[in-house]
Amino acid sequence: MTKLKSTLRSALEAAGLTSGMTVSFHHHLRNGDHVLNMVLDEAAAMGIKNLTLQASSIFPVHAPLIGHIQSGVVTGIETAYMSGPVADAISHALLARPVVFRSHGGRAQAIASGRVHIDIAFIAAPCADCAGNLNGLYGPAACGSLGYAFTDARYADCVVAITDHLVPYPAAPASIDETQVDYVVQVPCIGDPGGIVSGTTSVTRDPVGLRIAEYAAQVMASSGLLQEGFSFQTGAGGASLAVTEYLKPLLRARGITAGFGMGGITGAMVDMLENGYVRSLLDVQCFDLRAVASIRDNPAHQEIPALRYAAPIARGSAVDQLSCVVLGATEIDVDFNVNVHTDSSGVILGGSGGHSDTAAGAQLTMIVAPLMRARLPIVVDRVGCISTPGSTVDVLVTQRGIAVHPARRELRDALVAAHLPVYDIHALRDMARRITGTPAVLPHGHRVVGVVEYRDGSLLDQIFALDE
Amino acid sequence: MNIIRTAACGTLESSDALITVAPGDGLQISIQSVVLRQFGAQIEASVRDVLRELEVTGAIITVEDRGAVDCVLRARCETALRRAAKEE
Repeated sequence: MTKLKSTLRSALEAAGLTSGMTVSFHHHLRNGDHVLNMVLDEAAAMGIKNLTLQASSIFPVHAPLIGHIQSGVVTGIETAYMSGPVADAISHALLARPVVFRSHGGRAQAIASGRVHIDIAFIAAPCADCAGNLNGLYGPAACGSLGYAFTDARYADCVVAITDHLVPYPAAPASIDETQVDYVVQVPCIGDPGGIVSGTTSVTRDPVGLRIAEYAAQVMASSGLLQEGFSFQTGAGGASLAVTEYLKPLLRARGITAGFGMGGITGAMVDMLENGYVRSLLDVQCFDLRAVASIRDNPAHQEIPALRYAAPIARGSAVDQLSCVVLGATEIDVDFNVNVHTDSSGVILGGSGGHSDTAAGAQLTMIVAPLMRARLPIVVDRVGCISTPGSTVDVLVTQRGIAVHPARRELRDALVAAHLPVYDIHALRDMARRITGTPAVLPHGHRVVGVVEYRDGSLLDQIFALDE
Repeated sequence: MNIIRTAACGTLESSDALITVAPGDGLQISIQSVVLRQFGAQIEASVRDVLRELEVTGAIITVEDRGAVDCVLRARCETALRRAAKEE
């Protein structure tokens, strides 16, 4: 019996795709992904209905999903992040069942524990052989790490690898190997490399962003954590990325090398690795093509599965080893709860990703954000959606001032001693409001369109529809 | 102040507003804003303030706001009105 199927249709038939199943997808091809759309189009053509989508993220490129929801092909979505037309449509109550939002670690844990069952996992495989050994390092759609796909491949009942770069057996390395893959299908194109690169991965030149990054690095320096073996994760947003630029001279001045950098990996982190500022990188997802080249060529740049990255109940996960994480926010409230799911009007525009996982694990969790965006203050009385609980957040850094969680007195004292501009978080809120005015508190709709699960599976918050 | 021609002030950049003024009978104000739900009432109140200060009783005013703070809105509004009254 050969695993190699000549068409997507024959692979779906062999995998036994039927109505009502849960199918999973991973998002390493990001906004260049063709796999999710091609599988759902084929399922629709086969007359399949009532699928639950277990997708690690949904991007603007997945807009055709809206049609599949309207026609009943897809009736449930569980994900860690969604942006673009699908997110907009969900906010307008497109889907009858609420979307289940999990963190990257929470998703992996839910799958590994059996609480979430996957019938068929579809693996976008940039390089694969006929037996299903596959990796993300080679081929026209090379995307680097396949971190989020590992859990799906290991626990799904059936695994279908979809590739546009079939190589002679054995493909090497085998990130996911033939013991986990049931079928392989070759298609003309699995993704557009131009869409793999995130739109947000260039270091900012905005003076506000640079000031925030400078303060953030000074907070790290004053925290007492910046010692040999220091480890860190930064987001791919402009200000987060700029933190690495300010971190370098601090490391050099103290003569220390960071132990590891983690996360979605960018060229900025690769630069730190290649120049000896950090000993290794743990990579669950590559954000740009420089990271893809590095994970292929540099043994110190390791691919890690989502479960090892961030799962809460596994025997150990790397977030628990983090000294410091730098994260963004669409809003933060006076209790330090952070929203990364919805914008100030309540429209879905993101999700946890690894936000709440790293916040829970790291010794120092830092939120970086401008004091206001256009006319909206970043600090609010109560966030529209709790993505990350305030009890796991230590400090907010804005261009005008820094607020420390009241439970971290010693950190606050250290920052004051370092002459950093420390304020009570209410004072930062009021500072912004003196410039912007006080925004009206918006009523939300009554229909629940999303539920946010915390990483341990408990219900953290709900997302409501916009005006019905 | 008499509005005698169409004029505008501002841009559509983030944190700015484009305000267009044209001759009309009575005051007709239309507002589009990225923060309409949070600040729509405050934006209209500010525009009406400026109209009152300049004693404008007939104008069609269109506000396209990209999240400008109040002092910017008022300044854009006043300049658009003065241009439309051919004061410059």
